[in-house]
Amino acid sequence: MSAISEEVVDSASIAAASTKRKSLWALALRNPAVIFGGVILLVMLAIAILAPYLGTVDPTRIDPASRNKNPGTEITYRLDDGSTAKRVVLMGTDSLGRDVYSRVLYGTRVSLMIGVAVAAISVAIGLVIGLVSGYIRWADGFIMRIMDGLMAIPGILLAIALVSIWRAGLITVIFAIVVPDVPRVVRLVRSVVLSVREEPYVEGAISVGTPTWTLMFRHILPNTIAPLIVQGTFIAAAAIITEAILSFLGIGIPPEIPSWGNIMAEGRTLFRVFPHNILYPGIFLALTVLAINIMGDGLRDTLDPKMSKKV
Amino acid sequence: MSEAKKPVLEVRNLSVSLPAGADRAHAVENVSFTVSPGEIVCLVGESGSGKSVIAFTVMGLLAKALKPTSGEILLEGENILAADESRLRELRCTRMSMIFQEPMTALNPVMTCGLQIDEVLETHTKLDAAERKAKIIAILDRVKLPEPERIYASYPHQLSGGQRQRIMIAMALVLDPVLLIADEPTTALDVTTQAEILKLIAELQAGEGTGVLFITHDFGVVAEIAHRVAVLRWGELVELGPTEKILSRPEHNYTKMLISSVPSIHPAHRGVRRDGTTVLRTEKLGKTYSGNAFFQKARVVKAAVDVDLDIRKGETLGIVGESGSGKSTVARCIARLIDPTEGKVFLGDTEIATMSASKLRPHRRRVQIVFQDPYRSMNPRITVGDSIIEGPMNFGLKRDEALARARNLMETVRLDPNSLDRYPHQFSGGQRQRICIARALAMEPELLIADEAVSALDVSVQKQVLELLDEIRVRLNLAVLFITHDLRVAAQICDYVAVMSKGRIVEYGSAEQVFGAPRDDYTKALFAAAPGRNWEFGKFAA
Repeated sequence: MSAISEEVVDSASIAAASTKRKSLWALALRNPAVIFGGVILLVMLAIAILAPYLGTVDPTRIDPASRNKNPGTEITYRLDDGSTAKRVVLMGTDSLGRDVYSRVLYGTRVSLMIGVAVAAISVAIGLVIGLVSGYIRWADGFIMRIMDGLMAIPGILLAIALVSIWRAGLITVIFAIVVPDVPRVVRLVRSVVLSVREEPYVEGAISVGTPTWTLMFRHILPNTIAPLIVQGTFIAAAAIITEAILSFLGIGIPPEIPSWGNIMAEGRTLFRVFPHNILYPGIFLALTVLAINIMGDGLRDTLDPKMSKKV
Repeated sequence: MSEAKKPVLEVRNLSVSLPAGADRAHAVENVSFTVSPGEIVCLVGESGSGKSVIAFTVMGLLAKALKPTSGEILLEGENILAADESRLRELRCTRMSMIFQEPMTALNPVMTCGLQIDEVLETHTKLDAAERKAKIIAILDRVKLPEPERIYASYPHQLSGGQRQRIMIAMALVLDPVLLIADEPTTALDVTTQAEILKLIAELQAGEGTGVLFITHDFGVVAEIAHRVAVLRWGELVELGPTEKILSRPEHNYTKMLISSVPSIHPAHRGVRRDGTTVLRTEKLGKTYSGNAFFQKARVVKAAVDVDLDIRKGETLGIVGESGSGKSTVARCIARLIDPTEGKVFLGDTEIATMSASKLRPHRRRVQIVFQDPYRSMNPRITVGDSIIEGPMNFGLKRDEALARARNLMETVRLDPNSLDRYPHQFSGGQRQRICIARALAMEPELLIADEAVSALDVSVQKQVLELLDEIRVRLNLAVLFITHDLRVAAQICDYVAVMSKGRIVEYGSAEQVFGAPRDDYTKALFAAAPGRNWEFGKFAA
């Protein structure tokens, strides 16, 4: 008997909760900026996943016979069984004869991965530290001074240092970008916690004896989600650019993995003669970052209307 | 002579429509009234009655979503609704002026007060700098600000709330407008400051013959200042007449209900018995705030000093005082939402002031608190049912048992038990405050603290919630600690009253004694400042 009534209540509250969540997404999807940015990002995601099926060849395959071809040139290449075939290189080839089109498409994987990973990791770490810092007052001063210290570390210099200690790779790059981003998330979460913990409903929960952890997850944490989604998009966009910079400088993703940054780095020397090596990855990079930022702006407008009016 | 009788403001059949999707079609419907020179007309109504909309329409400051659809507003015969933006700008300040509720936000924080008034003169007159300054000093003197020269050079944050409101009045009156609109100008102020501001407005308008349109929800203020009263409900003017007639012989049922809801300032005889067991006792309770910032000298604020209170079962103790007197600090120390720095708090026989958080948890149940702002007292993301059962479930009650208790409590506070799965935004302010009371009662507390629990409510809703609180106190033999700044409310609900000022209790005794024969000078001043204290609001059968 009691089990039944409990079930009824639970399903009702879940239904209510899910309708609420749906309405938030429905609201976000009504914003043209979110749709515009979201569609471009979905296309990029599809490109990253479907890269092998989009008429690409092995992006690392070197072909000395067809170096530095301009976009649209028809080249002859050798297959594994020794026969030859012809195909058109859409975005040309680089100075080692690698197909730029394939490299740019495969490079999408690295960039999106970096963007998502950096945003997710720095938000997750920042959220925990921010909650602790905002709620446990005696820990606050200590934590925030450490965060101030972390913010003083420039991401690019940290990456150079890390590469010299470890080796260039995805993990190193992600780590180097995450470290200076975490304090920004911590500050955001802390500020939300500081204002919400003074709300009467939080004090009401304290006075009915709610344990601290329940209090944080039930009453405080949900308030941080909307600003974190917005902050996460901007972190992702910045991370993609930082990765491209690091790879361009040769301290990011190792050259055997194509990324937009190192494609551009390799095209740098012959930029005047063969601009396509930099043009195409550059377009993809700009488009992706623009799409994320537009979507982030749109999300901020719907999730945090107060802020959009101020800006 | 007939010229003087001509009204400065004449509102004829004014209707203002609300945007589609609002709860009614018109914010203001078919409202007509006049304000004559030297007359104070009070617009009275509860929240949402449209009184501020009328004020903003007259000033031409209406939000774009609201549109006046019919009628005329004549300022000295000129129809304001037909005037264009540049003409309105000329009229504002020179012919009509407005003062707002919140004197802090109405002033620019990065400009000195003198320059802000100067801006008005610079825009509307051709005076040179020296003449403008002389005029500003004169008006600052006229609104009775001390040391006008110093005030001229002060920034708003350097002044008190009352002084800032005087600056606003000075700014509004510097060009001698014929009409002054005051939109709840004293609501954000303490009662003693309010009395001074009301006196100032009355003096200034009597001296200059200014017509005043005064907007308020407080019948005490009405009794104090108004010549004529217009009562609004849902955008309609229900009654208009001379103050004396409206207050003593109201005709419309709504007016009767409103006036009957105003609590009397004379304490009701409640037959205090001191036979219950002591629920709460404080001994020299104190709270000192010290800002221990890095690299800075600590600032020390004594928010509460040597507070001794005791409350017995079935008894209501009121703490009254102005803002910053420390009354909320005391309440929060007792509920251990903040930690007292000195003294002891005995809950029954248990001393809780210095108890560690983990040891305190079982005692949390015994003291429950209802907060002022019904819109922020409940987590907007969870249902009211979940809010109510959160506490009992923390103490081990099963979910279905807790829900059964919640349903009972919803009936106790006269709400529909089936609405437990709704969210807080689906309830009105008064309903939410009832839910907060239910949430507190769900813990079966021994002491209920009401921290300005009815201050944010309209007078008719306030009356219902007060009655509910008192009924619960009697039924459950509950001890109630009632924090309020409103002397009328305190007079009606408290058995004992402690008057606080600057962190100390200056007077403490039975309600009849404190209200009837106050001994302390501060208490006397506080009661003397209560608006409409000489007016006994009648009880009318609606």
